[in-house]
Order: sequence, then structure tokens, then C-alpha cells
Amino acid sequence: MMSSILPLKHPPATLAATPGTLPQGWSAARLRRRLAERAIETLLLLAALVSVFTTAAIVAILVWESVVFFRTVPLLDFLTDTQWTPLFDDAHFGILALLSGTLTTTIVALLVAVPLGTILAIYLSEFAPFRVREVAKPFLELLGGIPTIVYGYFALLFVTPVLQKIYPELPGFNMLSAGLVMGIMIIPYVSSLSEDAMRAVPMHMREASYAMGATRLQTAVFVVTPAALSGLASSYILGISRAVGETMVVAIAAGMQPNFSFDPREPAATITAYIVQVALGDLPHGSIGYQTIFAAGLTLLLITLVFNIVGHFLRKRFREAY
Amino acid sequence: MIPKSLGASSSASGVAGIRRLIARHKTLDWLFGLLGTLALLLATLVFAALFGQMLINGAPQLSWEFFTSFPSRRAASAGILSAWVGTILVMLVTAVVAVPLGIGAGIYLEEYARKNLLTDIIEINVTNLAGVPSIIYGLLALGLFVYQFGLGQSIAAAGLTLALLILPVVIVATREAIRTIPQNIREGAYACGSSKWQVVSHHIIPYSLPGIMTGVIIGLARAIGETAPIITIGALTFIAFLPPSPFSNAEQLISFEWLLAPFTVMPIQMFNWISRPEEAFQANAAAAGLVLLLMTLSMNALAIWIRYHFRKKIKW
Repeated sequence: MMSSILPLKHPPATLAATPGTLPQGWSAARLRRRLAERAIETLLLLAALVSVFTTAAIVAILVWESVVFFRTVPLLDFLTDTQWTPLFDDAHFGILALLSGTLTTTIVALLVAVPLGTILAIYLSEFAPFRVREVAKPFLELLGGIPTIVYGYFALLFVTPVLQKIYPELPGFNMLSAGLVMGIMIIPYVSSLSEDAMRAVPMHMREASYAMGATRLQTAVFVVTPAALSGLASSYILGISRAVGETMVVAIAAGMQPNFSFDPREPAATITAYIVQVALGDLPHGSIGYQTIFAAGLTLLLITLVFNIVGHFLRKRFREAY
Repeated sequence: MIPKSLGASSSASGVAGIRRLIARHKTLDWLFGLLGTLALLLATLVFAALFGQMLINGAPQLSWEFFTSFPSRRAASAGILSAWVGTILVMLVTAVVAVPLGIGAGIYLEEYARKNLLTDIIEINVTNLAGVPSIIYGLLALGLFVYQFGLGQSIAAAGLTLALLILPVVIVATREAIRTIPQNIREGAYACGSSKWQVVSHHIIPYSLPGIMTGVIIGLARAIGETAPIITIGALTFIAFLPPSPFSNAEQLISFEWLLAPFTVMPIQMFNWISRPEEAFQANAAAAGLVLLLMTLSMNALAIWIRYHFRKKIKW
């Protein structure tokens, strides 16, 4: 009997009642379908595993090329030198010169995105009339979909000239304008995640607060925000990790010259801008210049990984149970 | 803020004090409403400035010739023919790879996966991949596709890179769409004797299709605008020819020669023009940006429309 080889969990009633009268080809068809089902499941599993392979490949490639790089350049120099001039005769490999640019632009971006994103989230979730929300949410989503290169163009040819009118000594490439535009770019991510977290706070908590005579602002600040803190924190973390990994805006508007400085008015290169600069040139495969971009990329990946992990723990730490 | 106001009310003289307190909090409430409106207004203004500036600088450049000319050393006669053809071909590769893989992975995680270590690993992985900066995908592609697989700086390498990049977007959209399907749909299908795949192919996929489509379109819109990973694999910026046509080969009906052809895409062309010092090229950059912006915005708008439209229509 086929059923002993392929046990059915829930045999159809007709099968149990009249096992002998089945058509000849039935079990073969059944077997075929079983096999097809297994094949489909395996295919779907393979599709899901592609993401695991991607991560493994990213780590493998970055580590592989970085190991070759660190054979030439001591790790201590990499972490403490404040000059980054890998393509000069007098080569220096101090990642700090790139990290300072990344840090400065990220901080400027966060100073824009966190307050504005939070205000927008509170407004949309607690204050805005239904009609405003229905229009504003898709509008913000659209802003999040604008290509970063367009933001880069905007930073270089609109924001920088405007800033130069206010502060004439500002150079054409500067971290301030790149950071500001990056902040605007991140607002939709921060506001939409924060708003989702706030909307997830149960209505009865707001109603209790209103019943005590609290205004909408008091309810938002003392009831909804604390309850949604985990979501807010993770939206900020996502914002940071976006800003750290953002490439085109800084590559276009902040210049590509490594510069160990935390002054946003100066031009500087970020880790990402350096990778773009090298990729634009014609570096032979396997040269030290080629390997630097993988070492820089590994640093970038580790930084974003740290933020992702911190975000994960913040979510767990502040999780409110209702 | 609460303790302070409590103190104020107890020290104030009776009803008048309480009235003042209420008035103050109502003012604060109103002020925050104003602040929120202003923030929204600011976002609108920034968008208007961004769009307006591109329109003013770029619109005069937009002509039939701009779409049918190759890039040129002279700004006035330069066009985006190779760029938009390249974008369409790269997107084709991206969609062909990312859509089946993403939907398959999403279906596996929602419908098939058992609760075990492997599933946990895949789930954590997808979440983490969504947070990896796009330029890292470029480095992966440079090491893996360009050199290990020997694809070179080709359309195939770029398409595969962007496919991996948008995979998490498609997976997450698929999972979210599937999760909204009530359990009794599945139970009903099983009760009629359906196999697992029949349930998935006859019910789960059709019902979650609007959500999946939204995710796919948003993912592709993101891929169209991605510049960094394509620069990283070393795509050329000056391409004054088209890839070999898929249909021109005499021996076979469809040729795949174009997959390995060098290419340029819209954002790369735009970046190239931005980096030129001459002002005339910046106008070209604005025009290319305008085209790019219209492409991504209309795709995003379509995705948002699909979501809103079907969300209202479906009643389980």
C-alpha cells in the first residue's frame, strides 16, 4: 500500500472507506504531487536562504580583502593615524580622518531629523485632523523615495549657495550643507517609524489621560511618548544608520578630501565618499588602493552593525507590555 | 511639568488659578499644533524648492533630442539615450531576479517555515540586510560579481547587485501582505482537500498580490535611484553607444549579449554631469534629475495608490 510509504495525516473519507476500488494511477499521481510539493518547498527555502548567502558573502569579501590590507598596514596605525592619504607616495592609512567626516555629517543630520521627525510624528499621530494625515503620510513617503543623487544636487546647487549668502566664507564643499540635506532626507524614516510606534499605543491609555483633564500635548508628552519610547529609539537608531551609510549627498556636497576635522563648515570626506572616489578612478584589482575601500567598507559595516544591535536591545529594554 | 503645574494650582487662589492653568495648557496645546503644522509646511517648502530648482534649471533642456542623443563633450548636444536604455535593462535584470526570490522567501517564511534555528537566522538576517548601507552591496558586487564571477562592469553585474539590495524590501512587503490574510481562508482551502502549494498558489498569492506589488514597485523605484553601488562596481560614465539589441541576432531569436555589455544608468549620468565644472552641464544634470525624479515619484505614487485602493476594497 502506498499509504504506508507516504502516510497521510488526514486521509480523505472515501479513501478510508474503499481502498481497493482506487484507480490504478492514483498512487502514482499522489506520489508525483507529494514530490512536487517537496520540490516547491525546497525551492522556496532556497529563495529564503539567498539572504543568508548575501550576508555571508558580504562578510567574507570584506574580511578577505581587509585581511590582505592589514598585512601591509598595522591595525594600530589604521585606528590612530589622523591622515588618510593611501594614494600618495607618503601613504597614511588613518581611518579617523574619514570617521570624523562621517561623524560630523551624521550629527548635523540628526540635529535636523530627530527634532523635526519627532514633532511631525507627534503631530500626525495625536494632533492632525484625519484629512491632513491622509495627505501628509503619503507625501512624506514620497519624500523618502526621492533618489539620494537628487538630494546631492539640491545640497550642492541650492542649499550651499543659500548658506553662502548667510555666511560668505563658507567653501563650496562643506559638511554643513551635506548634513542638513541628509537630515531632511532622513525625516520621513524617523517620522514614519515613530508615528507607527505612537499609533500602536492603545487608545484607552489616551482616553484615561483625557478623562483626567489632560490636553493633547500633555497626553502626547506624558502618556504616549513614554509608552512608544522603544519605537522612537529604534527610529532614531535607524536614522543614524541611514546617515552613516549615506553616500551620494556627502560625496557631492561635502567634497572628497579626507580631513580630520569636526567643524561642519569645512569640506571633508566620509567613509562612503572615499569609496566612491576610489571607485571613480581606475585602480587595478589587488592593489593596496583597491584593498583600502574594503577595509573602509568593513569599518562602515561594523559601525552600522553596532547601531543595529543597540537598536535591537533598546527595543527589548523599553518594550512596554499592555 | 506635571509636578510644577500641580504646585501652581495648589498655591493659586481657587477657581481663578485653575482657570489660568487650563488656559496656559490650552495655549501650549495650540502652540504645538502650530509647530506641527509649521514642520509639515517646512517639509513641503523644501520639496517645493528641490523640485522647483530642478524644474527651472532643467526644463529648458528637456527636448526630444535630449532623450535620443548620446552624452557628448558639448553640453548642448548631450543627451540621456544610453542612460535611460541602461536603466531599463538593469531594472529588467533586477526585477527578474529579485521578484521571484523575494516573493519565494516571503512565502517560505510565512507559510512553510517551522519555528527553528534556521528560520530565526533567516529572519534576523533579512532585518539586518535591510540596514546595510547600499555602498556595501557595491563592494560585495565588486568582489563577487565583477571579479570572482567575471561578469565585469556589465548590466548583469549591476542588475544582480540591485536585486540583492531590494530583496529585503520585497521580502518584508510579501510577508506583511500575507500576514493580513485571515487564517480561515487557509482552513477553508485545506478542508476542501487542497495541498499546501494549492493553498498558496490559489489563495495566498492572489490575495496578497496588491501588497506584494506595492513592495516590488517601491523596491524598483529605490533601485532606479541607487547610485553608490553602481559607481562602486566601476560602471563607466561616458557611454556613447547602446548595448547590443536582444532581438537583432540572426541565428537565434533572442540574444543575451546585452547582459555583459558595458552600460550607464540615469543616476550615474547625472552624477557625471554634476561633477563637471562647466555650468552648462549642471543644466543637463538638472534635466536628468528631473526625469529621474519623475520616474521614481510616479512609481512611488503608483505603489501608494495601489495600497490605498486595495486596502479600502478588501473586506475579509
